[in-house]
Amino acid sequence: MTTLTDAWSWLTTAAHWSGENGIGQRLVEHLFLTVVCLALSCLVALPVALVLGHLGKGGGLAVNLANAGRAVPTFAVLVLLLLSPLGPYGEWPTIIALVLFAVPPLLTNAYVGMRGVDADVVRAARGMGMTGGQTLARVELPLALPMVLTGVRIAAVQLVATATVAALAGGGGLGRIITAGFNLASTPQVVAGALLVAALALLVEGVFEGVQRLAPAGARGSGA
Amino acid sequence: MTAPPDDCLARNEWICGAYVSTRDEILTDAVVQHLQLTGVSVALALLLALPLAVLARRWRWAAGPVLGITTVLYTIPALAMFSLLLPVYGLSAALVVAGLVLYSLTLLVRNILAGLRAVPEETRQAARGLGYGPVRLLLAVELPLALPAVMAGLRIATVSAVSLVTIGAIVGHGGLGNLIYAGMNTYFKAQVLTASVLCVVIAVVADLLLLGAQRLLTPWTRVQAA
Repeated sequence: MTTLTDAWSWLTTAAHWSGENGIGQRLVEHLFLTVVCLALSCLVALPVALVLGHLGKGGGLAVNLANAGRAVPTFAVLVLLLLSPLGPYGEWPTIIALVLFAVPPLLTNAYVGMRGVDADVVRAARGMGMTGGQTLARVELPLALPMVLTGVRIAAVQLVATATVAALAGGGGLGRIITAGFNLASTPQVVAGALLVAALALLVEGVFEGVQRLAPAGARGSGA
Repeated sequence: MTAPPDDCLARNEWICGAYVSTRDEILTDAVVQHLQLTGVSVALALLLALPLAVLARRWRWAAGPVLGITTVLYTIPALAMFSLLLPVYGLSAALVVAGLVLYSLTLLVRNILAGLRAVPEETRQAARGLGYGPVRLLLAVELPLALPAVMAGLRIATVSAVSLVTIGAIVGHGGLGNLIYAGMNTYFKAQVLTASVLCVVIAVVADLLLLGAQRLLTPWTRVQAA
């Protein structure tokens, strides 16, 4: 119990929030890393998944990639990239490792969502004279949107979680508070950092849950 | 720099046979620790998940809280989970195991519950008609039929656990993660690559073994497929 109160007093000390190693700076780094990696992963994964889903090809690839992604420790990928010729280029090893990690769930969910669209609906769209691109953009994508968004949510939460690992390899982000705590043998700081990371992960999960709940309603509203 | 001998260790190459042969003891120890941490964690998680899922199946009101709590636990990042448990377990292997158990719990509870719920009502009624009590119904009918879903969850949990163990390196109990961590600090390429590859190999082999076990345990699914 004393550890918790110590952690709380660590968190509520104003000095720990400001400065180059402060919580504020680490939070910004963490969010920046998450947002950049999420955007890059979406740019890589979604077009591929949507086109493959539209064509109905490559399902095995999507599922196998997702399984393989789970087996490869992100920490190992990160360290391998750090020691590779890419190493000296600042945040790039971290970003690449995180993107590689976030692509599989995005790919699988978007693909499964696209395949889940009722074949009769797609045929009706074709019957109305829609081209392949129109069918994809106006029929399949809106119907697949909940699954696509679930993929984005999973990827976002996992990115928040995994961005902490960057700190193990000397990168920035909230994980840095934890690793610094370990190095100082300061359990209160470790626990305080962990609480911050956990709170951020839960917050992101909650925000996406809210967005998802709004999304179908919004789609219906504009369609009516 | 003096010209190093014809030795991949001296040249710090990624792929190095000399590394594997000279450090085989360290590597074996790390692999054993990795396997122990993964095995103990997943086994404990399974022991905890089974009663939780059965309870959530039996009492509808329990499903919400059980799924909610395990999902929240799953959302908490691994590094944070290990750190939050630090005051309870200290810098020990138990810390890593506890963190991994909490992690695997979500995957297992969800899959077991989905499997139990997928058992057809007629099947249960038939078993009841044959005079099966609730316990026998669960053990002899429901759990075996839920086995494919349980095994699917177990495979995902095991593969994830193998990769998450590496993060245990922060408390010095990370199996192959320790070697990756140490290799990073000393810029030892062969050690990092070898340990990383071994991690993936463990995950793939574990997945295949579980797949094999699933096939042996559920012969009826193969008959249907044929």
